[in-house]
Amino acid sequence: MIAATTSAVQFPLLTVLVFLPAAGALLITVLPRRRPEYMKLVAMLTSVGVGAVSLWALRNFDSHSGGFQFVSRHPWIESWGISWHLGVDGISLFLVVLTGLLFPLAIVGIDPHNEDPARNKPYFAWLLLLEAGVMGSFLSLDLFLFFVFFEIVLVPMYFLIGGWGYEGRVYAATKFFLYTMVGSAFMLVSILATVFIARANGLGRITFDLIELAEGASFAASTGRWLFMGFAIAFAVKVPIFPLHTWLPDAHTQAPTAGSVVLAGVMLKLGTYGFLRFGLYLFPEAARWSRSLWLTLAVIGIIYGAIAATMQKDLKRLVAYSSVAHLGFIVLGTFAFTSQAITGSVMQMVNHGVSTGALFLMVGMIYERRHTRQISDLRGIQQVAPVFAAAFTVVMLSSIGVPGLNGFVGEYLVLIGAFLTARWWVVVAATGVILAALYLLWAYQRVFHGEPDEDNRSFPELRWREAMTLLPFIAVIVFTGVYPKPMLERIEPAVHDLIEHISDRTGYVEPQPAAVEVDDSHGESE
Amino acid sequence: MPFVGPEVDWFALSPYVAMVAGALLLMVVGALTPLWPRGLYAAATVAITAVSAVLALFVWDDIGDSGPFTLVGGALAHDRFAMLVILGILGATALVALITDGELRGTSGDGPEIYALLLSAAVGAMIMASANELIVMFLGLETLSLGLYVLAASDRRRAGSQESGMKYFVLGGFASAFFLYGIALLYGGTRSTSISEIVVWFQSTVSAERNDALVLAGLALLLVGLAFKVSAVPFHVWSPDVYQGAPSNVTAFMASVGKAAAFAAMLRVLVVALPFHRDDWRPAIWVLAVLSLVVGSVLAVVQTDVKRMLAYSSVSHAGFILVGVEAAGHRAGEADAGSGVQAVLVYLVLYSVLVVGSFAVATVVGRHHDGSTGLDAFAGLAQRRPMLAVGFTVFLLAQAGVPLTSGFVAKWGVIQEAVSERSYAIAIIAMLAAVIGAFLYLRIMVSVWLHDSPEGVTVERVPSLTGVAVTIAVLVTVAVGVWPEWLLSVTESVATYAR
Repeated sequence: MIAATTSAVQFPLLTVLVFLPAAGALLITVLPRRRPEYMKLVAMLTSVGVGAVSLWALRNFDSHSGGFQFVSRHPWIESWGISWHLGVDGISLFLVVLTGLLFPLAIVGIDPHNEDPARNKPYFAWLLLLEAGVMGSFLSLDLFLFFVFFEIVLVPMYFLIGGWGYEGRVYAATKFFLYTMVGSAFMLVSILATVFIARANGLGRITFDLIELAEGASFAASTGRWLFMGFAIAFAVKVPIFPLHTWLPDAHTQAPTAGSVVLAGVMLKLGTYGFLRFGLYLFPEAARWSRSLWLTLAVIGIIYGAIAATMQKDLKRLVAYSSVAHLGFIVLGTFAFTSQAITGSVMQMVNHGVSTGALFLMVGMIYERRHTRQISDLRGIQQVAPVFAAAFTVVMLSSIGVPGLNGFVGEYLVLIGAFLTARWWVVVAATGVILAALYLLWAYQRVFHGEPDEDNRSFPELRWREAMTLLPFIAVIVFTGVYPKPMLERIEPAVHDLIEHISDRTGYVEPQPAAVEVDDSHGESE
Repeated sequence: MPFVGPEVDWFALSPYVAMVAGALLLMVVGALTPLWPRGLYAAATVAITAVSAVLALFVWDDIGDSGPFTLVGGALAHDRFAMLVILGILGATALVALITDGELRGTSGDGPEIYALLLSAAVGAMIMASANELIVMFLGLETLSLGLYVLAASDRRRAGSQESGMKYFVLGGFASAFFLYGIALLYGGTRSTSISEIVVWFQSTVSAERNDALVLAGLALLLVGLAFKVSAVPFHVWSPDVYQGAPSNVTAFMASVGKAAAFAAMLRVLVVALPFHRDDWRPAIWVLAVLSLVVGSVLAVVQTDVKRMLAYSSVSHAGFILVGVEAAGHRAGEADAGSGVQAVLVYLVLYSVLVVGSFAVATVVGRHHDGSTGLDAFAGLAQRRPMLAVGFTVFLLAQAGVPLTSGFVAKWGVIQEAVSERSYAIAIIAMLAAVIGAFLYLRIMVSVWLHDSPEGVTVERVPSLTGVAVTIAVLVTVAVGVWPEWLLSVTESVATYAR
């Protein structure tokens, strides 16, 4: 990962990805509030523009290189050794594209449920600011810069949940803000300690640059572990990993639909992405050392999330708990330390964003029609709205991980990759796949099957605008499920480099599938 | 022996002279003329501070060429440390003057007196920041405090203001006595009250000849006096009552100028005069910092009055600044002393702007609700005054330490210093206290943005000069947050002292 590929593109692509939404948010704040229709237009154009730029980055991405591409680097706060350093590699590429595509869909496709045109202005401004923050987090290659973006996303999300959420929104928003901030408190101290200790151990100067720190500094094992734990707490809250997940069901359930889509779609990935980008890359030894802890918590999360989801009466809460389970798979793959599993993790981050984003979208549509999210209030919708039910089925099956759809590819890679190094964890985790089928199918059965009662008989069919919003989701779900190769071949080089970096630093040898017998004891003894 | 007066470098003293002359002029001319038209007193005050600030900038530049030295026979330090604090004090004073106009206009309190008091108190603060002689520092402290006692009680219509002035006076007098007694003991231990001579004394005597008991006792008493002024726990109990009772513009002045001057004096005493005892005072600062952080942020959360909340949050901020002082203490007096002092001063300057901005909003809301600054008074502010609410939110987010605001830069600076000195425990405690503090700011924001305006509440009138003050404060907060480099590089040289 050392050499950043010098790209022929001179255009500051990634900087645009961060600044364009921020500029859009700024533009909205200065527009006259009497013309609410402009707000949405500006938000739409901006987010579609960002989406287009991210797709352009995808198109020009050199799929054979594992290094960072489109790198842009400028001094920012030189006194503190901080620079504006952005770059994208196979690990972050699809998260960036996902962010670029989810926001326009969330902006075009959904109106805030308590729509009051006068409040359009802050709503769209916050959404765009959120997009800038998320983009920045995925692209930052400087610890300070990452921290800034990681923290800044809290503010728009807080206001989105608090301002446009449902009945318990203030509580949920505050809980979300404080939980994440506690984690960040540890990360901030850890970042600073990393930088100062790195100065004393190999670097000789203060820099917050991720690549320089990862390649140039060497930490004593115990130091590295402390530092890693500081980062890990922040990411574990963000993912969220059991038992730090309790903010998530509240935040997801209370957030407005667009907020839930973004929260599940990309914001949770800040945690899992952080583990890969900062945890494993900076502190390979500590990550290896603590892997049993994370694997165990991941598996607990998978099972716990699935069981909790089964028990929910509220459809949105059910989807929220299913996220806990899905993210458990991603963490499992991350800490399995095989190329396959980590590739699967990265893929699963995107898949979860797509399928859960779509699920939240559809739950939002149900709420819009029926003003309830209670499963018991819904019945027989398949009869009155077959197209809606069909779309829901596809999305749900993707979330379950049925072969042929995207969820299967990621989950399968995680499980098969992790089987080499974390066999018994995988055995338990695999039951989570079955539980996923249980809670989703059961919920589907209760909501869509049966005879519609009085209230549900007038359930409107999928509208054109809604169909157009869902179409891209379903297209991605099917395409990735059937033909994952383009995605995999872009992710793999970066993952390969990461594993190699870990091997260099810790002497860890990645087990190959052919050598299962040899590595068997290795996997269990740790 | 005939008395030989010290040499007076008038250019170096010009910022002080401009302020004193301005205060006197304003008082005299104001007394001889009928009530001036709206805003003129404030404008005159801003003009006086501006003149002083321009002179201070020249002096700043001059120090770059000539290096730091002492003035008036060693009474005042002529260094960038002092000048930075002075510039911060002048800026905060100008902002407070702008708010004061909105607070006083149309009341019987309108007149030149308040402004003259603000100016003279600011002079006291400036002297505190630059004193190189403990007696002079005490004079500065008293000049500042006497001004503040009167200002706190200046709202004659409200009993709360009288009470606030009285409380501050009694407790402040007590603290001043501690401070003075500390000077006396230190004099007993070191045979001088001049910081230059104290330093020389420490350098030239071996430890067996010293009377450490006297020095340490003096140090302890000085710390008590200064901790009272910066309202560090457990010497903070006056601040919520006084902050709440005093008129909001005066509270803003106390929390910005008063705190900046007291911290500057603390650094002078600890880091400049007594680095040889750094291992004795650093643990004390550690305890003060942790107590202030925890108690300040926890008690802030349970308040129902916004001014009291801000009072407790200022206690917590004092804790943060003390974290920086503690970090500065690790290598105080060494050639490579780290940049703890710089971090503290940057925090002070940035916090001054923030806190004045926050209280500016409190003046507007409080004035409209008959002096009440309860959380209810802020409910629905966003619906009534969206721009004011935006400004207030920026200040609150900055105080919570959200990135891209000056508050983040300030906090990052002190935590960075603490971590680089390996004070990990205090850094983590500080960050967790910041999370508790964030809950407080969120509570206020919830009230402002998410609660509905109560029935029958009319829209607040925002006096134009207060609006200007809030705008300036917001711009500074965001500008420094986004591009802190200029401030950091400009203040790089503040840790070279004249002594």
